[in-house]
Amino acid sequence: MINRLSLDYKQLPLLATISLFVLMFSFGSLRYTGFFSTQVFLNLFIDNAFLIVIAVGMTFVILSGGIDLSVGSLIALTSMVAASLTMEAQLSPWIVVPISLLVGTVFGVVQGALIHLYNLQPFIVTLAGMFLARGLSYVISVETIAIDHPFFSYMASIQIPLPGDNFISISVVIALIVVVIAIFIGHFTNFGRTVYAIGGSEQSAMLMGLPVGRTKILIYTLSGFCASLAGLIFTFYMLSGYGLHANGMELDTIAAVVIGGTLLTGGAGYVAGSVVGVLILGIIQTIIVFEGTLSSWWTKIAIGVLLFLFIILHRVIVLRSEKKQASN
Amino acid sequence: MIKSMLKSSLFWPIIVLLLILMINLFFDSSFFSIEVRNGHLTGSLIDILNRGAPLMLISIGMTLVIATKGIDLSVGTVIAMSGAIGAMTIASTDGTGLGPLFMAIGLSLLICTLVGCWNGLLVSRLGVQPIVATLILMVAGRGVAQLITGGQITTVYYDPYSYIGGGYLLALPFSIFIVAFVFFVAVLLTRKTALGLFIEAVGSNPDASRLAGINSKNIMLMVYMFSGFCAGVGGLILSSNVMSADGNNAGLWFELDAILAVVIGGTSLMGGRFYLMGTVMGALIIQSLTTTIYSIGVPAEINLVVKAIVVLIVCLLQSPEFRRKVFGFGKVKRSGEQKEREGVTLS
Repeated sequence: MINRLSLDYKQLPLLATISLFVLMFSFGSLRYTGFFSTQVFLNLFIDNAFLIVIAVGMTFVILSGGIDLSVGSLIALTSMVAASLTMEAQLSPWIVVPISLLVGTVFGVVQGALIHLYNLQPFIVTLAGMFLARGLSYVISVETIAIDHPFFSYMASIQIPLPGDNFISISVVIALIVVVIAIFIGHFTNFGRTVYAIGGSEQSAMLMGLPVGRTKILIYTLSGFCASLAGLIFTFYMLSGYGLHANGMELDTIAAVVIGGTLLTGGAGYVAGSVVGVLILGIIQTIIVFEGTLSSWWTKIAIGVLLFLFIILHRVIVLRSEKKQASN
Repeated sequence: MIKSMLKSSLFWPIIVLLLILMINLFFDSSFFSIEVRNGHLTGSLIDILNRGAPLMLISIGMTLVIATKGIDLSVGTVIAMSGAIGAMTIASTDGTGLGPLFMAIGLSLLICTLVGCWNGLLVSRLGVQPIVATLILMVAGRGVAQLITGGQITTVYYDPYSYIGGGYLLALPFSIFIVAFVFFVAVLLTRKTALGLFIEAVGSNPDASRLAGINSKNIMLMVYMFSGFCAGVGGLILSSNVMSADGNNAGLWFELDAILAVVIGGTSLMGGRFYLMGTVMGALIIQSLTTTIYSIGVPAEINLVVKAIVVLIVCLLQSPEFRRKVFGFGKVKRSGEQKEREGVTLS
């Protein structure tokens, strides 16, 4: 009985997120003509595919009780590496894509190793990573590098038709594959369970004999890889490399994960929730575009307000479950 | 004598600062010269002090927050908000006399302190983690700043406003006096009263200090308010320097620079200890690093890479695990925390 109740508490933020999304979508549909269509819904995925991918990586980091501030800059660095290798070194995409993916992965391994081996705070290590990645992309070039290559143009323009005159882009397919794999990893593997355990209590996880160190390094590696993959998707989307790409994206990602119902203290949350969190950020933007008279900064204010409400909700849930434990 | 110097928390920051200044001297032999021009002292050193003023102020506020084991990520956006409020207040008046100036200063400092109060309430009353609590304003604050300025860069056509960041008093830039004043008030309050001890107590163990009779909630609330106030002053200086308010870009990356300055100054992110003088040194190191990079002709973008490496090195040097593994001496300095960690690793 108690077990079932506490489970409900953990699912409460996710339920709140999903109902919020439905509410916002119905609000938009009632208020604006042309809002209620499958394509508007699919566009949320098309425009935010890269955000979904980083949010997946970030979910694991936050589930383990950490934070990764370097993801936004890693997108910029990946776009820069891909652009310069393609345009200046004239390499084939078969070489460019693996190298670009390797960039974030290596960053992740190093950050994870520093965090685990020297007991540094994830916050400060990834902060340094954030500076380093952005600095390195400026070292490659201060200017924007536009990409003009058949492979990238193909990836950018391809539309996968869906029934009813709708379409999605290849990025959406990649993002959805990442989400499915991540849900599998998160809920059906030892690694996933260890992540939740570390987030619940690192000390207990260690006492249980779980491979805490290895898992922590892997978590940041995964996040770095996701950031690089998102960087590639972003490059397909923008067709250029630039050191200022995705400025502040780490905050959007963290906001999406929190709104998606993952507790920032770690230990509770769902990858699927983060996807809904990203969709909510997307729908805020869509509503602002449809409204027409609202300026872009209302997006930031709206995200801030949502973030505040969800953090309060999480706090209330944690306090109540603590009270429950105390009374038992 | 040498031993006590080595032990001083200021030793390494001062050495690094001197090293950077020496590098400058190597590239530019007139680096240390200070001239009197139009009755004002000018020179690279004065320039570093003047340009570093906002960072020093914000880092002083950040030091006290970090001393309570907190962090304030919202200072960058508070800077943008402060400049925006200052500029818009002046724009809404007739722009004659000194009235608008004091109104702008008063209003923006009041609002920035209230913003700090909001952060403090979230942290102290609702028990939200500091990173998360201040993240809200870090995201929303820039939107608010853009809302105030209407998304435009608002130019201020009102001469007295330029005095805050560009004026001179006794031949020195006025901003230096602002920093000195805030610094001395902070030092007096924390070192000559029990306040500093309370802050350190809250930082090392909020529960224990509450049981010892310290009102830890109000201490936390106060440091966030002070940090908001400092960021407000810094924002006014920055906006007065360029005589405009830019909701979009003002104060970008400032929270990171401020945290960096605090960490370089020897204050640990784990809370419980703080060094205001070290922080000021840290801010000066960052500012002279920036000046150096500009003056020796390295692309300014390298700055970010250098900063990243400096943060990592400083953090590694502060990490007991790193010191033990690399230097081989396992002196347990901060025993409580260390033992706790040992317990985890051993078990």
